Amino acid sequence: MKTQSVSEFAAQAKTGNIDLEENTHKILDKILKAENCNFFNSVSKDLALHQARELKAKIKAGKQVGRLFGVPVSVKDCICVKGVESRAGSKILEGYFPTFDATVVLKAKAEGAIIIGKTSQDEFGFGTFSTNTGLGFKAPRNPLDSERSCGGSSGGSAGITAFADFTHVSIAESTGGSIACPASFCGVAGFTPTYGLVSRFGLIDYANSLDKIGSMGKTVADSALLLETISGHDEKDSTSLNEKISFSPEASAKGMKIGVIKEFFGEGINPDVSKIAWASIKKLEKSGAKIREISLPLNAKYAIPAYYLIAMAESSTNLAKYCGMRYGAHENLSGSFNEYFSKVRSNNFGEEAKRRILLGTFARMSGFRDAYYLRAMKARTKLINEFKLAFKEFDVLVNPTMPVIAPKFFEIEKLSPIEQYAMDLCTVPSNIAGLPHISINAGFSQKMPVGIMLTAGHLKEQILFKVASVLEESQ
Amino acid sequence: MAKAKIDKELLLRVAANARLNLAEPEIKKFLPQMQAILDAFSMLDEIPDLKEEPSFQPIQLKNVFREDKAEKCLSQEQALSNTKHSKRGYFLGPKVVE
Repeated sequence: MKTQSVSEFAAQAKTGNIDLEENTHKILDKILKAENCNFFNSVSKDLALHQARELKAKIKAGKQVGRLFGVPVSVKDCICVKGVESRAGSKILEGYFPTFDATVVLKAKAEGAIIIGKTSQDEFGFGTFSTNTGLGFKAPRNPLDSERSCGGSSGGSAGITAFADFTHVSIAESTGGSIACPASFCGVAGFTPTYGLVSRFGLIDYANSLDKIGSMGKTVADSALLLETISGHDEKDSTSLNEKISFSPEASAKGMKIGVIKEFFGEGINPDVSKIAWASIKKLEKSGAKIREISLPLNAKYAIPAYYLIAMAESSTNLAKYCGMRYGAHENLSGSFNEYFSKVRSNNFGEEAKRRILLGTFARMSGFRDAYYLRAMKARTKLINEFKLAFKEFDVLVNPTMPVIAPKFFEIEKLSPIEQYAMDLCTVPSNIAGLPHISINAGFSQKMPVGIMLTAGHLKEQILFKVASVLEESQ
Repeated sequence: MAKAKIDKELLLRVAANARLNLAEPEIKKFLPQMQAILDAFSMLDEIPDLKEEPSFQPIQLKNVFREDKAEKCLSQEQALSNTKHSKRGYFLGPKVVE
């Protein structure tokens, strides 16, 4: 059954035709019944019902405003929600109840959003399948096949978006592909904006120069509307751009120059996935787009190592603040500072977090910093320049979002860390260059969704909206 | 990037810097994995003419200043609301000097 779009739902809710308290109750019940799907790390029942009652009072007072009026919104666990346990999927943040809202949450609330809970993820975003969960957390199960992954790291956000038979959108986050990948595996729309377009204030950060908060929805329009409401300058984030996005709802690919990234259709890409992505590209051609192949050899080869070195180096400094003193997991106070901090960190970080902290610390250490960290930063300049050159010729670049369909959990267990990192081949380049991109469903292979990813130049989100809408309409 | 050889001594030095105590099974697991990962990453050595300036951000950013004035911040009670170790309105930490 087709659910109401976010804008339809908000318009209805404002008239009082939808009892928001009742609707919120129903949704919370559905979420709790689906507990074994592990989409949520915590459900904010009290907050959601309190908000629903407040909105009902607003209707009574004739003050019903906001583009997300009464819309249930889930929030990735790494984004702070005041008074709701926010752990970024890590045991080291157990018991952390933020005393403030992240800017994106404040903005969504100001538009009338009802916050229903914190979605599950890889610990601090360290993964591609949401299986690198923190100690005591469970991986979300794909709503289309519970033996398969939702993708990561915003796996819970994508899972609940696909699962919901009610109007809902999710605030997600991407560092190297953490919105596009799960959107692809669960068959939903995932919008990752230009770096800096959405404030990161209140984000439990993974890698500052790569993190981007974005949106997920059942449709391009839903996901774009959420992105629109959370974007804009924020003086609390020094990397925030002085830009705000405003989408005009149109679907058109006519005259659009679209580059098909050759390397992401070849070796390492499942042939069925390639075929389905190509079928979508042909639809764009039929709609009047000019299609041509393009080669991005540097990004295809070097984006993964450059990205992982930068991400690990930055995450190892970001995670240095977790030491069991001011918030999160604590231990009994004993020993020296170093002994206490080491005890807290060793007992509460999961395996992948430790691995990345170690690699990142190594890459920044005296004697190795220039060879690893600095070289990766220089490589990033080269990778960005390769994109800049491509966007002189093209409006949009296209590739399959992921090289495979959602793998089964037992298949993921067999992958070594380096094999898991290699899965990010197609999503990492746009992320390392801070470019906006969207993943939408292109079709199905073995009854599982296959995503197609469109990337545009910095701040060209509107172009993505137009082209993605054409593909969506052609489904 | 000269390929780094990760041995137990280096791993333990890195772990100490990162304030992590590694158990023996973790050392056994992480040693070969870190070596394999760094070996794979060393392919960045192959990039020809890497003379570019490093990009610390993906987008050129301007330095941001604000007026130097006191703004609303967390109250002492709020700041301490998430700790289990506090005393007389302060965070309580482990001993610094014996």
